Amino acid sequence: MSNSYYNSADLGKFANIAEFQKPLADKFFSYYGEVFKDSELTAREKSLIALAVSHAVQCPYCIDAYSSDAFEKGWSEAQMMEAVHVACAIRGGASLVHGVQMMNKVKEIAM
Amino acid sequence: MKSLKAQNSFLADAHEQIVILEHGKSGEFSLVPFQQKLEMIGLYPLKPIGIDIFQVNIGKMCNQTCRHCHVDAGPDRKEIMTRETMRQCIDVLKTNSQLKTVDLTGGAPEMNPDFRWFVEEIKKLDRHVMVRCNLTIILANKKYHDLPQFYKQHKIEVVSSLPFYTQDRTDRQRGNGVFEDSIKALQMLNEVGYGKEETGLILNLVYNPAGAFLPPSQQSLKKEYKQVLMERYSIEFNNLFAITNLPISRFLDYLLTSGNYETYMEKLVDAYNSVAVPNVMCRNTISIGWDGYLYDCDFNQMLELKVSCNTRHISDFNTAELSQRNIVIGQHCYGCTAGAGSSCGGAVT
Repeated sequence: MSNSYYNSADLGKFANIAEFQKPLADKFFSYYGEVFKDSELTAREKSLIALAVSHAVQCPYCIDAYSSDAFEKGWSEAQMMEAVHVACAIRGGASLVHGVQMMNKVKEIAM
Repeated sequence: MKSLKAQNSFLADAHEQIVILEHGKSGEFSLVPFQQKLEMIGLYPLKPIGIDIFQVNIGKMCNQTCRHCHVDAGPDRKEIMTRETMRQCIDVLKTNSQLKTVDLTGGAPEMNPDFRWFVEEIKKLDRHVMVRCNLTIILANKKYHDLPQFYKQHKIEVVSSLPFYTQDRTDRQRGNGVFEDSIKALQMLNEVGYGKEETGLILNLVYNPAGAFLPPSQQSLKKEYKQVLMERYSIEFNNLFAITNLPISRFLDYLLTSGNYETYMEKLVDAYNSVAVPNVMCRNTISIGWDGYLYDCDFNQMLELKVSCNTRHISDFNTAELSQRNIVIGQHCYGCTAGAGSSCGGAVT
């Protein structure tokens, strides 16, 4: 057993989750493959969205995979960092907008 | 930047490169032998399927020193094909009508002083001629400014590297200022009619990754290139070829010095696509080196892996024997079978 919860080599073993439950894994990977195909959004656009979401969910495997994928698909370093800022802004904003709730409560109880 | 040869790098020695490809830098890194992959699909030994492309590397001299160059070409390389060897090539073409396409490469082939003579002689034999033009050569010196007209006059297919449609990525790989000059050169080619559907003058672009990764979908890239180059620079072109960088010479040097070698090789092996194998370019191409020696492809040429048969030089070219030969393979061949496959004409699947 590794001493680390995260091991970069595990990313390449993602498909192995089928060992314990194949039908669901098959469904997931089939769906996953379909999601990232060129469609109404291009695979390239989806890659940048995935990069931002990876940061929002703070998944090291996803960040590893989609940093490579987005760069391979031609996004520049600056564009990729802007996508991370979008994730950050939404996460930060999600906390901050609750400040309104805090204000409501304080105004409710304050003299 | 100097070539590996001028730097006296150990990688200038083809044998050293082959040792690394087989065992890694540490001597302990090994991957599934490419031969085994071919055996699994019944294609070992790999055989030609009819040679119709005659690819001639007319010299290692180049005005650029690109970081990924598998030829280790550059201004300090002086090895170029002589007119005598070119004459031998012409003689072979005269007696071998099945060699329908002549693919001229380098270095910058235009820097060979006999380049124009050679093209004119080939055209007299009514062959389709492709030139791998690095674009910047057109602007490198006044004497090259009329190359677009020369290409047009002889209806040459121009195949040009533009590793990306942005300056940053192109210049990182090919040197500062290359993108700007490439754009100007493409506009000059467009001006004489290249890349425009109705003229029949073919201008194809080549994408190759600016780093340790594989090319994305050729079809998607083509759409992006078309859109961006038209919107920003009013440039038209016909096709885009997405080519994988092979771990040879300067790209191998980059992989080793950046610590990406093992990961990149694993990536190539993981992306191995058996469907690409039947269409790899070495099956219908014969590659001729600047000194007249024969190879299965330009990559084997740079690794100095000559064809495996008795006819090894253009002076004793024997089609029957070459058609029966076993193609020489190695671990670098994973570069042509990764993903959608890769050839001098881009994806093969």
